[in-house]
Amino acid sequence: MVDVPLGPAGAVPPTEMEDMELYHPKSWVTKYVFSQDAKIIAVQYSITALSIGLVALVLSWLMRLQLGFPGVFSFIDANAYYQFITMHGMMMVVYVLTALFLGGFGNYLIPLMIGARDMVFPYANMLSFWFYLLAVAVLMASFFVPGGPTGAGWTLYPPQAITSGTPGGQDLGIILMLVSLMIFIVGFTMGGLNYVVTVLQARTRGMTLMRMPLTVWGIFTASFMALLAFPALFVGAVMMLFDRILGTSFFMPAMVEMGQQLERTGGSPILFQHLFWFFGHPEVYIVALPAFGIVSDLISTHARRNIFGYRMMVWALLGIGALSFIVWAHHMYVSGMNPYFGFFFATTTLIIAVPTAIKVYNWILTLWRGDIHLTVPMLFALAFIVTFVNGGLTGLFLGNVVVDVPLSDTMFVVAHFHMVMGVAPILVIFGAIYHWYPKVTGRMLDDTLGKLHFWVTFLGAYAIFFPMHYLGLIGVPRRYHDIADMAFVPASAHTLNAFITVVALIVGAVQLVFVFNLIWSLYRGRRADGNPWHATTLEWQTPETPPPHGNWGKEQPVVYRWAYDYSVPGAAQDFVPQNQATIAHAAARPAG
Amino acid sequence: MAVALILVLIAVGSVLFHMVSPWWWTPIASNWSYIDDTITITFWITGIVFVAVVLFMAYCIFRFRHEPGRQAAYEPENKRLEWWLTIVTGFGVAAMLAPGLFVWNQFITVPEDATDVEIVGQQWQWSYRLPGADGKLGTSDTRNISPDNPLGINRDDANGKDDVVIEGGELRLPIGRPVKALLRSVDVLHDFYVPEFRAKMDLVPGQISYFWLTPTRTGTFEILCAELCGVGHSQMRGTVMVQTEAEYQAWIGEMSKRTFARLSPPQN
Repeated sequence: MVDVPLGPAGAVPPTEMEDMELYHPKSWVTKYVFSQDAKIIAVQYSITALSIGLVALVLSWLMRLQLGFPGVFSFIDANAYYQFITMHGMMMVVYVLTALFLGGFGNYLIPLMIGARDMVFPYANMLSFWFYLLAVAVLMASFFVPGGPTGAGWTLYPPQAITSGTPGGQDLGIILMLVSLMIFIVGFTMGGLNYVVTVLQARTRGMTLMRMPLTVWGIFTASFMALLAFPALFVGAVMMLFDRILGTSFFMPAMVEMGQQLERTGGSPILFQHLFWFFGHPEVYIVALPAFGIVSDLISTHARRNIFGYRMMVWALLGIGALSFIVWAHHMYVSGMNPYFGFFFATTTLIIAVPTAIKVYNWILTLWRGDIHLTVPMLFALAFIVTFVNGGLTGLFLGNVVVDVPLSDTMFVVAHFHMVMGVAPILVIFGAIYHWYPKVTGRMLDDTLGKLHFWVTFLGAYAIFFPMHYLGLIGVPRRYHDIADMAFVPASAHTLNAFITVVALIVGAVQLVFVFNLIWSLYRGRRADGNPWHATTLEWQTPETPPPHGNWGKEQPVVYRWAYDYSVPGAAQDFVPQNQATIAHAAARPAG
Repeated sequence: MAVALILVLIAVGSVLFHMVSPWWWTPIASNWSYIDDTITITFWITGIVFVAVVLFMAYCIFRFRHEPGRQAAYEPENKRLEWWLTIVTGFGVAAMLAPGLFVWNQFITVPEDATDVEIVGQQWQWSYRLPGADGKLGTSDTRNISPDNPLGINRDDANGKDDVVIEGGELRLPIGRPVKALLRSVDVLHDFYVPEFRAKMDLVPGQISYFWLTPTRTGTFEILCAELCGVGHSQMRGTVMVQTEAEYQAWIGEMSKRTFARLSPPQN
């Protein structure tokens, strides 16, 4: 691959299967509402997920108002506070990030980037969105039922999740949460099967697996993991629902609830934790891996340079995906489980740092000797690297079992997972939207507003979560409605909390600039041609922009090369699209 | 240019923040300074990596920013460099894991001469039980819990008769003597956390968990619950006082009047 031959490329394998029969919608309802076109479904997922994200963002402001200015907002009492943290967490991790990366970006980009006309199961794809929307509706309904939503923490640990001392525990709140999760998982199983089978079976001629862009590899691996991990959450939710409604004792030991002996015995709260985290740890990588894939493509496109070490990048994605299934109990070091498990899980957890580090090296080595254009997508990609490295490194503290003992359940953990999962992948989402918006809409997002959005978001988020680690080092616990009267916490820490709250409100406000930009540019944005970034990947080579139903017109593209022929020595242009057969020689191109 | 500068400021600023900020761990009061040492090693290794990565990025952005005529280098991979980086990373990870596992082994291996102390959690208070003169804690069962037997001690177990019961009060420990904390909950998950002790562990209903420590300085320390246990979670506080041997013996003498047998005479 190093010596790229100029001139015509080699032979391409013949077609194995006939072109797929697409469903052609006739009415407005079947075209835009119950659409079977992955691109429309992608937009449906994305708008729903971003809207839920705005609700979860507001919840985070309410939490921060209580932490920064305790007691000032009397409506944020302990009940409300725990409901806010629970809903914020579950919404962001599952209903926003997972839905956006897999349902949103996966649906839009996978068929286009592999040269397919659509997903292989379009009807199931359509159903998957409506299951997701139903799951969202059930979850939102819990805000409006007596007792309100559950306040058990997004981890929903029993026994407290279903007892009267927790908001929603003996009411509808926890039931709606569990039912919503079950509906979500059914929908995402349909979606996940689509993404995996489409990548395996519907690639166009010449698109071998090792010619796929890393965006596809990231979403593909994450989808595969989701199919394996979500069932653990599903069964845990069913068992907890039975414990709540039918009086079973899967997770309920002999216990006394507020002075009353309960008619339960023999259940294990730790069993739930194993089931939850067997899902929960792969889940955070299901969020991270698409971000890894996407950011690789953002960096290589905007630095005009092939991604460094593509093969290692693919193997690292697969390795991280596989390893992520054997690290889960690092969330349970102080759970009271058999302490000897600590040796095993600390080892596997620190091992997973190695392929992750390889990816970081390869991203920065792609910048080395690049031709770096500091566009808005590139800025977000750079910010991802900084925040992901920061967040990933603090994971090494928590993964090292004995170091986790004082730090678990403190603000150190909250700072870690926000930096590595909240800030870093969301920066990629923003960068990806600035990058692909011209393909979806035919217009560019405004550059000035984009830079404003970028700088406030990046620097603000860093200023929120970096100092927060130090609150955890002092020993400030997480999930505390009120941290007054702690003698060991200095007054300056409370000032820091107020500072963090103010910055959080500012960062929250600037997201409105982004929302404005999204809507305004739809009507007034600078018109873009089909490939404004001069990218190599197939989605930029569609005959029309936005791409029509069926994506490619009469014939699917034929692929001759990998996704990263940027700045090929001696070539006429600094990029060669994947479906371009011949590389034209440069006339008299000066060496860089 | 500005972007590169800002990245440098982030790297340097973060290091300065770490060195200058007043927010650092609470002074330790137990033998677990090994945990602090492992944290320090981890800060060094991760700190160096973070600064190196961010400064390298800043350099690249400055040196290789787009200018007319610049052409990026075409280099799909460099096997030697990639393996070298992998191996160095492996060593860095091992350098943190090895001391960590060594200290974890100490953490789960209770010294022979440790005294038992039971810590019982419930929504939303702490209670304690000391083994009394015979040095042994009697068995207990959640099913036994009643208003006159709040910790559920088995009446049939002779070892339990001299157990000292402290309900919702203050726990005291003597300095310099290892203590094995036996933890159990009567309702939901809790976690016994004293920041100065570093050691902590969840209290799980239906089983007994443990950790051990040796207090190394006198003082009064706050107990925090560190596992979400319902709306009263933030209010589930207590205190533990570490005393000299003499003060502790005096306190024990006082407490012996509060044995299980005396507090909860069997109904005859």
